[in-house]
Amino acid sequence: MFGFDAIELARIQFAFTVSFHIIFPAFSIGLASYLAVLNGLHLWTGKDIYLRLFNYWKTIFAVAFGMGVVSGIVMSYQFGTNWSVFSDKAGPVIGPLMGYEVLSAFFLEAGFLGVMLFGREKVGAKGHFFATLMVAIGTLGSAFWILSVNSWMQTPQGHGINEVGQFVPLDWWAIVFNPSFPYRLVHMVLAAYLTTALVVGAVGGLHLLRDRMDQGARVMFSMAMGMLIVVAPLQIVAGDFHGLNTLEYQPAKIAAMEGHFESHPEGGAPLILFGIPNAETETFDYAVQIPYLSSLILTHDLTSPLPGLKDFPVDERPPVGIVFWSFRIMVALGFAMLGLGIWALVARLRGTMYDRKWLHRAAMAMGPTGFVAVLAGWITTEVGRQPWTVYGLLSTNDSVAPVEAAAVASSLVAFIVVYFLLFGAGTYYILRLMNKRLADRIPLKSIGPIRTAGVTPAPAVDDKFIPAE
Amino acid sequence: MIFDLAFIWAGLIAFAVLAYVILDGFDLGVGILFPFLRSEAEKDLAMNTVAPVWDGNETWLVLGGGGLFAVFPLAYAVVMPALYVPIIVMLLALVFRGVAFEFRWRTKRGKFLWDFSFTFGSVMAAFAQGIALGALVQGILVEGRAYAGGNWDWLTPFSILTGVALVAAYALMGATWLVMKTKGPVRDVARRMAVWTGATTIVLVGLVSLITPFLNPLYLDRWFGFPNVLFTVLVPAAILGAVLIFIKGLRDNRDAWPFLATVALFVLSFIGLGISFYPYMVPPSLTIWDVAAPDESLWFLLAGALVLVPMILAYTAYAYWVFRGKVDPAGGYH
Repeated sequence: MFGFDAIELARIQFAFTVSFHIIFPAFSIGLASYLAVLNGLHLWTGKDIYLRLFNYWKTIFAVAFGMGVVSGIVMSYQFGTNWSVFSDKAGPVIGPLMGYEVLSAFFLEAGFLGVMLFGREKVGAKGHFFATLMVAIGTLGSAFWILSVNSWMQTPQGHGINEVGQFVPLDWWAIVFNPSFPYRLVHMVLAAYLTTALVVGAVGGLHLLRDRMDQGARVMFSMAMGMLIVVAPLQIVAGDFHGLNTLEYQPAKIAAMEGHFESHPEGGAPLILFGIPNAETETFDYAVQIPYLSSLILTHDLTSPLPGLKDFPVDERPPVGIVFWSFRIMVALGFAMLGLGIWALVARLRGTMYDRKWLHRAAMAMGPTGFVAVLAGWITTEVGRQPWTVYGLLSTNDSVAPVEAAAVASSLVAFIVVYFLLFGAGTYYILRLMNKRLADRIPLKSIGPIRTAGVTPAPAVDDKFIPAE
Repeated sequence: MIFDLAFIWAGLIAFAVLAYVILDGFDLGVGILFPFLRSEAEKDLAMNTVAPVWDGNETWLVLGGGGLFAVFPLAYAVVMPALYVPIIVMLLALVFRGVAFEFRWRTKRGKFLWDFSFTFGSVMAAFAQGIALGALVQGILVEGRAYAGGNWDWLTPFSILTGVALVAAYALMGATWLVMKTKGPVRDVARRMAVWTGATTIVLVGLVSLITPFLNPLYLDRWFGFPNVLFTVLVPAAILGAVLIFIKGLRDNRDAWPFLATVALFVLSFIGLGISFYPYMVPPSLTIWDVAAPDESLWFLLAGALVLVPMILAYTAYAYWVFRGKVDPAGGYH
């Protein structure tokens, strides 16, 4: 159908369903932790504002989480429906890891979700905090296991191969903690936290633009920007380490990310900023590059060898263009996040964080960028590991299910229609919830210039007269 | 050797599937019965009986699929492509009904759309699951380590019958659940529906049970061969007992009885299925030992399951305990 064969359709279908799915966990992992923090802060300080913030974000969480659950069930069956040969071969190794994900994480978050959403009056404040904490731990646990699975497929170890061609486990510790897993786990969890911080910051920014006295917006914005300035630099460092790890285990992926066709056996590889990779001529057209910088970033010195795509057989190279560009989108957004964090920090130190309208606008504009960066990052790593499902051992072409192209094509169309329709509606409802303001105005006496008791001039009661800076 | 790891895991997976069928059975059933509730308030109340638990219920489906992938990967790899169409329909249907739980509270104008989405998704998911079951019972063509049939092999009069039967059975489950969990007009509607869906379920499940032994000589011998018949006759006898409890519970207004009797009906039907199937996981060719992963995989997950499954049962029971009793219409969770 449309000139695609069954395997291309199956790949498009997996890419589509998993891309839609990852949007929800990327948000709900961070948001669950944020809810646990808000709930804990309320329990600890007794301040009403935290509970109101909790309830505000809880409703949004419920909508997003529901979409994450149903799109996740699809994933757990998609391995079998479309990639049955892969399932048969890799099942004995990665199946039990996913089994642990279900048993230790999915049940935990689902089991306590009801109590968290609806049970506060029934279980009391402490029980409610506990339930929220369990939901947060559940979301993190699921990240742990699924990233272990993905990492094993990228950097497999600890396995053997039996007489019917299945991967069989030899050393579970080596399988779970395979070489790329720690880097990928840290990178993804930080990404989820960043994504959530950016969304919370955008909502805070929106309501500050409407009313900079909005107490709920202030708390949200302050917490989000604080999170950003801590996590964004950590994420850049984590990403750098992840890159070094990839260079060691998946050099072809790095070559594609960097757009290097030629190898640099003596180091000194330039960093190509922009250009058009040309896979046919194996050259980089219109390249804008900075000498030596790629070597410096990747090997942390100027003389270590750096492989290029030409070092690999043509049929074992990943598609260059997609990987090159998606990687650049991710990195550029990462630095933009850092920039926003620094801007907000400077404003905070000067005491003007709630007054700078352009800062609030920037935070709003950056709101969706966490999702874009997460998707770009996943596209980089998943396209970059082609043509393999289990890196170097099982090719994508040998993994696919014996299902006819017509069936895959119709299910693909059905997924596209249903996902855009239903998750589109869900996104609309989430945006509408975010558009609602949270709290009443902050009482005037607790902010603004300190006044002498009893001599409050009449105009100061109207916040329009409070100096902006 | 019979009591080996593969056997234990077959039991655990069967338990997960049974848990799913019972738990999601009643909340799918509530969705199926939704159009029979008239006012907004009635619908709100019915949905609130399942809103806190539906997500946990559906996790058993993930355990069923994920568990199969982990411990019986060959069965997973053969069954999913064979049942491609019903599985995809089920997954999409679950999306339709799953999102409705939150979406319908987020809009006034569009509420009817999500009510429809809830019912449509529930009916289709139940129907697709019933078809999948029927297709598995009638057998799957396997060559080597792969499904060898076509896209539409699953579609037979028998699988359509099992599909319709499961819709009726889930509706019965939903009706008896609502009798147990609500008061007033919702309970009255549910009580009437329980009678209708109960009668329909008995007829359809009876029909399926009568046809099944003749689909495969193995099933026939299992049920009617001597001395098996001395034990297998206990199943229909126990089903008769459950039906009597169901009727008495409805008549005497003991509101938990019909639900518990329906659960018993599901458990017994499931045991009946097990009697037909064992030792096959993918009839008529693959036994549980043919499809089992290596012992290292089975051990590794079993160690975790022995600790985690009791914990899951404990906190799932706790969640049900928190929301125990009849749902208070004024207590509105949303």
